[in-house]
Amino acid sequence: MTDGKPKSQNKVGWLMALPASSLIILFLIVPFLLAFWFSFTNQRLVSPNPTEFVGWSNFSDLMGVGSLTIDPKRDAEGKPVYKANGDIQYPRMRTFTRNNPDYEHLQGMREWFSIPLSNDRKWVVLAKDALFMKALTNTLLFVAIVAPIQAGLALLLALLINQKLPGINLFRTIYFMPVVISIVVVSILWRFIYDGENGLLNAILGFLSFGLFEPVDWLGNPSTALGSIMAMSIWQGVGFHMIIWLSGLQTIPGSLYEAAALEGAKRWQVFRYVTWPGLRNTAVLIMVVITMQAFALFAQVDVMTRGGPVDSTQSLVFQSVQRGYEKQDIAGGSAIAVVLFLMVLSISLIQRYMSRDRS
Amino acid sequence: MSTVKFNAVNKTYGKVTVVPGLNLEIPEGSFTVLVGPSGCGKSTVLRMIAGLESVSSGQITIGGEDVTHKEPADRGIAMVFQSYALYPHMTVEENIGFGLTLKKTPKAEKARIVKEASEILQLDALLKRKPKDLSGGQRQRVAIGRAIVRNPKVFLFDEPLSNLDASLRGQMRVEIAELHKKIGATMVYVTHDQVEAMTMADQIVALRAGEIEQVGTPMDLYNTPANPFVAGFIGSPKMNLIEGEFAKRHGCEVYGIRAEHIDLDEQQGEWQGVLSYAENLGSDTISHVMVEGMGSLTVRSEGSVFIKPGQTVYLTPRKELVHKFSGDKRI
Repeated sequence: MTDGKPKSQNKVGWLMALPASSLIILFLIVPFLLAFWFSFTNQRLVSPNPTEFVGWSNFSDLMGVGSLTIDPKRDAEGKPVYKANGDIQYPRMRTFTRNNPDYEHLQGMREWFSIPLSNDRKWVVLAKDALFMKALTNTLLFVAIVAPIQAGLALLLALLINQKLPGINLFRTIYFMPVVISIVVVSILWRFIYDGENGLLNAILGFLSFGLFEPVDWLGNPSTALGSIMAMSIWQGVGFHMIIWLSGLQTIPGSLYEAAALEGAKRWQVFRYVTWPGLRNTAVLIMVVITMQAFALFAQVDVMTRGGPVDSTQSLVFQSVQRGYEKQDIAGGSAIAVVLFLMVLSISLIQRYMSRDRS
Repeated sequence: MSTVKFNAVNKTYGKVTVVPGLNLEIPEGSFTVLVGPSGCGKSTVLRMIAGLESVSSGQITIGGEDVTHKEPADRGIAMVFQSYALYPHMTVEENIGFGLTLKKTPKAEKARIVKEASEILQLDALLKRKPKDLSGGQRQRVAIGRAIVRNPKVFLFDEPLSNLDASLRGQMRVEIAELHKKIGATMVYVTHDQVEAMTMADQIVALRAGEIEQVGTPMDLYNTPANPFVAGFIGSPKMNLIEGEFAKRHGCEVYGIRAEHIDLDEQQGEWQGVLSYAENLGSDTISHVMVEGMGSLTVRSEGSVFIKPGQTVYLTPRKELVHKFSGDKRI
């Protein structure tokens, strides 16, 4: 009997874990594995045809790129021909990408971006899936800008509210508030703030500049839309990371600061020699969390711009959802998800490696 | 010139007065121990010297110079913390030389000064280690090393040995006392352990609720305690303090006799009592004896005593070593 007891206790333990673990398996682990499987098939959301294994083709469709150096159209003297609006006239891209046996590797590609060269020539980079490439660069840009600014700002706030001042709890609450509000609600509110006609931001800028500021349609302008979403995202998430920084700050013993005061450390020296080294583990955690959150950019785009204008706010997750559900191309959406997963995984691994304990 | 003086120093937190009107002189080159039970304000006094705690009113001078409102770094002091306050990410070398790093001392000079300090403290072999790879005693020495490097006029120690085990504490007591002899700087040392106070101090300041109960050499406090508090606090085991009828008969309010000043005999003596139990320590024995009208008395006798609990014993106090107190004062 004594032998049987631990086993029966084990069984009860497993049974108790069953509801939660089955949900985790059903909604996290199975979809995760399915995404890998789908990304190698031609699975559609609803389709009468049987699913077929297609190998790497989903990935090559996403990532295929090519390049081409093109000359402008020239007249008899060799001078470039100009269009009516003054731009140089180049041969149409589709002459290369549509059924041109000399440029078979560019078949079906679209122009992604181009770099002007000397003598009016230009170097054109083409992608099989220019929309994906746009989403990819937007997402990387979003991560590269949001992660450091959000982490830095959160640290600054944490340092400010880590002081013993009267009413400091009020500020803690205020800074944390946006975190508690659903990102969808926040996005809707900020759509009003960014409104080009009678938005709050334009009104404030106009007031501060005595009416000199020309109203901008922040979300309707390709050059400001992504920046606007970044600014809002930083504001929304900064409070959460502030709390994590704060918890890190409070694990640093007060006597270390007192010892530094006795040695005559100046403010920035205290930060450099006491505070920052004491926050190392917190910093790793925050950078990993922020990077992952930033890569997952979706709700803001979905609510505020739906990827526009002119694809200027496309993001990987948004594209993945668009393809999977709106275009019913589950395989394509899964392939994007897999690419995203691998990117986040490798960045986390790099971050962990760079911040490892060297001693 | 490194005499530390307190002139009517007050410390209050809101409505609570922690240190009321303290007047104290800590002579240059002395090893002064502030001793008292937990919460008596001794650490606050030390932290006021360091400048880590503000002074509510009054004046503190070091070497004649008013430092009451000076920054901690400008007071010519160094402090060793109870928790050592070593920087976990720095090696021993970097910890000791931290103050020099802040002052941007040239590397060669810094290395020389750190080496000197580490030799005094026998830390030379550990310079490249991090605090987490050191024992408690070694960490303590690193903390002291960091203090030495500052070359201060006054060393402050805040219960530096309380995190060490008993044998290491004994060893560090000797080391710190030797360091004092070697350096000759003024040292102010806070402890709640009267053994540390007795063994290390030139001057003991006994504190209770922020007020000085007695200042003097260890032997002063042992031989002529000014009041029952000091009498009970200094000396181990604790002095027997008897109140009530018995004390009145001897013309005082509190009648005090140290455990080692009572002779124990199985046959005859002044007071008859019953042995409750005896702690046999080998070199001597602490007996707890219940005496009618006096309560439980502690008696310390040399060597081993083989008396069973419950047995009747006789006690005789040495008359010339009795302490009598009335109105909280020695008479």
